[in-house]
Amino acid sequence: MSPLLLSHYTAVSCIGRGKEATLASLREQRTGLRPCTFETVTLDTCTGEVDGVDEQRLPKALSHFDCRNNRLAQLGLHEDGFAEEVRRSAARWGARRVGVFLGTSTSGILQTELAYRRISPADGSLPDDFDYVGTHNSFSAADFVRQALQLEGPAVVVSSACSSSAKVFGSARRMIAADLIDAAVVGGVDSLCLTTLYGFHALQLTSRRPCRPFDLQRDGISISEAAAFALLERMPQSADPGAVLLLGVGESSDAYHMSSPHPEGLGARAAMVAALEAASLEPGDIDYVNLHGTGTATNDSAESRAVRAVFGTSTPGSSTKGATGHALGAAGALEAVICSLGLQNDFMPGGVNTTHLDPALGIDYLLENRRGPLRRVLSNSFGFGGTNCSLVLGRAG
Amino acid sequence: MTELVARIAGVGLLGPGLKDWPSARAMLAGHTPFAPEPTIVPVAERLPPAERRRVGRIVRLALGVGMQATQGAGVDPTTLVSVFSSSGGDGQNCHEICQALAQDDRQLSPTRFHNSVHNAAAGYWSIATGATAPSNALCAFDASFASGLLEAVTLVSLDRTPVLLVAYDAEYPPPLNQKRYIADAFGVAFVLTPPIDGTSSSVRIRVAISDRPGGALSDPQLEHLRTSIPAARSLPLLVQLARQVPGRVGVDYLDGRSLEIEVL
Repeated sequence: MSPLLLSHYTAVSCIGRGKEATLASLREQRTGLRPCTFETVTLDTCTGEVDGVDEQRLPKALSHFDCRNNRLAQLGLHEDGFAEEVRRSAARWGARRVGVFLGTSTSGILQTELAYRRISPADGSLPDDFDYVGTHNSFSAADFVRQALQLEGPAVVVSSACSSSAKVFGSARRMIAADLIDAAVVGGVDSLCLTTLYGFHALQLTSRRPCRPFDLQRDGISISEAAAFALLERMPQSADPGAVLLLGVGESSDAYHMSSPHPEGLGARAAMVAALEAASLEPGDIDYVNLHGTGTATNDSAESRAVRAVFGTSTPGSSTKGATGHALGAAGALEAVICSLGLQNDFMPGGVNTTHLDPALGIDYLLENRRGPLRRVLSNSFGFGGTNCSLVLGRAG
Repeated sequence: MTELVARIAGVGLLGPGLKDWPSARAMLAGHTPFAPEPTIVPVAERLPPAERRRVGRIVRLALGVGMQATQGAGVDPTTLVSVFSSSGGDGQNCHEICQALAQDDRQLSPTRFHNSVHNAAAGYWSIATGATAPSNALCAFDASFASGLLEAVTLVSLDRTPVLLVAYDAEYPPPLNQKRYIADAFGVAFVLTPPIDGTSSSVRIRVAISDRPGGALSDPQLEHLRTSIPAARSLPLLVQLARQVPGRVGVDYLDGRSLEIEVL
């Protein structure tokens, strides 16, 4: 594929609002995970909750979109001047030539969960103030962002569980390559809700402690929330040295099980190989792998097999989910942002919370931050339904 | 601009009074009267027995039309890239979850939870067929069919690969249906391939975004169906294909615009 310029990006997660705060947290190896106090949840687990989401107020004209997910999206849009940069891009290319491609797994489902507590005992109806289109429907996330940014190009939500906001890079890439648009807002927004907290608990996949990816004692995920955005644009004649480029996207399906990865990591391996092929790169060209690394026994085991099969044992890698938690449908975009920060700061984040590496996993898993020139990195995102996506990002110049 | 052209190699269809593409054709072309009756959704025969028990009506709908289209096209589904697009996903499953979460004990079934992902149909499709190719799961509210088609033809045109498009929606149960009314189950699938030079017998479509609104249908019952199920926004294309004549139709896209489809 032809490279695309990732001209601006930002993220809000439990480790910080915006690039600077996110980078500072990663440098200090801080975790944003804390014992869960979300809503009325009584589960013994840790979550990565973003502070200040409830205080966000949407503009009056967009009030029908009001829900935790869109408030979180708004928080993200205002960090690092992202919305301003998108406006500049729309002025340059035309509002119809800028698309919106967002990943979310649960959109504003929390609103529906809360509405179900207020079902009328008299006639079984949902409360009048519950707005399905603006909150519950998966498209709400992209619709809100598109309207908030006054964009008029193609827009769609990719909702493929935990690969959602990695796969949006693929959809946007194709639309740009087909010349339907010149630029795209890509990203992911997923917010805490009871469906995912109680659902992953029912599957016995949540840890009681902050998650410990690739640790011998790893025992599950920590659910979190995030909004992460990037502005993808057609490549200029010459990109500034140090600019971040999208070099490759690779996708695959496991065809194995709805909630367990293929034990050999065959799908994960195929996605990584496809991403490298799309980027016309060899495994040896990759300086760092941001692992999906959720912290469950089976996920990390399958991924490590796949990584070893593609890269051998010496390419450095880490999961940043010990710091950020697993932001589900926003994880792919959040980790693309983390990779971009790494590329622009010659920085590989060490995995947080992990103390005793599982020797059976056999890869060069970073426990400490590492400095060093980074040219190209690969980021993995895998999800329920056996959906896999790998991104290759690089630095210009 | 890349010309977005694809050959239609196979069609799958299930909806009210529409049992499959071959039998629906005469009805949609206006040769026989359209007689709507509740949609009959088949069993997901290709799924392993354990999975077969776990899937709801909407997944069976998606798998059913996907199977029809791939069989009609005579292609092996294992190698097909796929695009699944649905406006509302599995409303019944969502209802059960929200109801359970509104109870004091909040006991969720693990199966219900993993079935709640919007890509459940895509996941079960890959398990049923062994398809390891990329698969996408999209939503664009009432523009979900058009968005899925746009994604699919873009894939066909750029990656020069055959693609299975499945657009599907099913009714929401009460009380969700008060907020989002979907009349019944409707699924449509197309196997789209890069156009083959020199074969005039195969139907090709050319797709572009247009400022014109999507087209309404002259048959009042079909028009009602078109507007009462998001995936049925595909009907103008299906009617044009059933008539087996070249022409231009519009399917609803975003902002009152349409995806203009030229049947070549």
